[in-house]
Amino acid sequence: MKRVVITGAGTINALGRDVPETLEAMREGRCGISELEFRDVERLAIRIGGQIKGYEPESSFNRQQMALYDRFTQFALLAARQAVAQSGLDFTGALADCSGVVLGTSGGGLTTQDENYRSVYEEGKNRVHPFVVPKLMNNAAASHVSMEMNLRGPTFTVATACASSNHAMGLAYHMVRGGTCSVMLTGGSESMLCFGGVKAWEGLRVMSRDACRPFSANRNGMVQGEGAGVYVFEEYEHARARGAEILAEVVGFAMTSDASDIVMPSKQGAARAITGALRDGGIDASEVGYINAHGTGTAANDKTECAAVADALGGQADRVLISSTKAMHGHCIGGTGAIELLACIMALRDGIIAPTIGYEEPDPECALDVVPNEARETDVSVVLSNAFAFGGLNAVLALRRA
Amino acid sequence: MSVKDRVIAIIAEQAVLEPSDVTMESTLEDLGIDSLGLVESIFAIEEEFDISVPFNANEPEASDFDISSVASIVGGIEALIAEQEK
Repeated sequence: MKRVVITGAGTINALGRDVPETLEAMREGRCGISELEFRDVERLAIRIGGQIKGYEPESSFNRQQMALYDRFTQFALLAARQAVAQSGLDFTGALADCSGVVLGTSGGGLTTQDENYRSVYEEGKNRVHPFVVPKLMNNAAASHVSMEMNLRGPTFTVATACASSNHAMGLAYHMVRGGTCSVMLTGGSESMLCFGGVKAWEGLRVMSRDACRPFSANRNGMVQGEGAGVYVFEEYEHARARGAEILAEVVGFAMTSDASDIVMPSKQGAARAITGALRDGGIDASEVGYINAHGTGTAANDKTECAAVADALGGQADRVLISSTKAMHGHCIGGTGAIELLACIMALRDGIIAPTIGYEEPDPECALDVVPNEARETDVSVVLSNAFAFGGLNAVLALRRA
Repeated sequence: MSVKDRVIAIIAEQAVLEPSDVTMESTLEDLGIDSLGLVESIFAIEEEFDISVPFNANEPEASDFDISSVASIVGGIEALIAEQEK
């Protein structure tokens, strides 16, 4: 089995337009959640989100590209460009043929769907733009990344709701580890912040009207975000041979299904995924220094997640640091695990643990060290990233310091 | 603006050219407009003139609508408008 390392990272989200900006915001515990701005927002009960403000696609894409790229595709491309630039890789010849893309998304081109449904249903138009289908399809982002970077190997999209990008990165890890590919671009992208996207979430009554406060006793729900995170996963010897800078090593991955309920999380399913990732990576619980939590700020997730961590890590759970960065960038759904992996890399490389901001009152059902409100410095050699999706689908990644 | 000038403006925008660079003899291929660019142009023409252009991207040759040159496209649009006004 091959070793797999990360040699490039890119992002765009409510906290920053690239990795350095995002990490700075995470270190400072800055909140990127603000008043939502889009058409018909006044008809929503939920009007806050981790929206990327002042975004100007025309500075990165030409007119024809903009006609063809939904916002979620644009985010994926921007993040992929940063990641590939950092890696220093140029995909030609044999390398292009054995490199691919696997990206997570949940809603795909939801903004495109929303705008065009509005146009035909509300405005009564009988004609839509010819690119509606290629713009809205869930694999559009992965395909455009493949085209722009000339990645000609396995390329596809994974949709497992809030675990999409962790599943995607886990599959990319498997493909490089198993020798199918030398390099995979992986992560996820989401852009659901439009009238229909938020209206649908409103219906579930799990959204907060004022803030995301993971693990805090007064938490009152999740806040949605948007953005993308894309990484270069590269076979270790390939990276070493070209002297690439290694950001971290991916050492373990596990996925499980609760097989119980379409929305309520299960402690057993989550704990099995955490334990599975440790086993896959040959990691002892005592080595784990930080867990980037799924930490949505809902009543159900946070207490179930804490119980699962306690079960999986046993006595080590009281020592480990666990935080949810969703209070800063919002829940970026199918892209969230990819954006959150940045906090994992920061913990390993810089020894800085991103805080859980918005934390106000301890909850006895979430009695772990959730790094409240302020970042903390500590030396960490192994980290986990949790993602537990609607549908009962769990995916946990383990990273080790390079 | 005449129908011809309006059609040329749409085609020029699609080709990222000045309207003066688009002649009646130009073919879409000359102008660098590919199949996606063609369907986008037809969409823009339908919006501009509020007409329905009988064009099937599966079988461009079998369509009633001749796209072999700018002149044939303009002629086809003029005929469609005339038919609609009857």
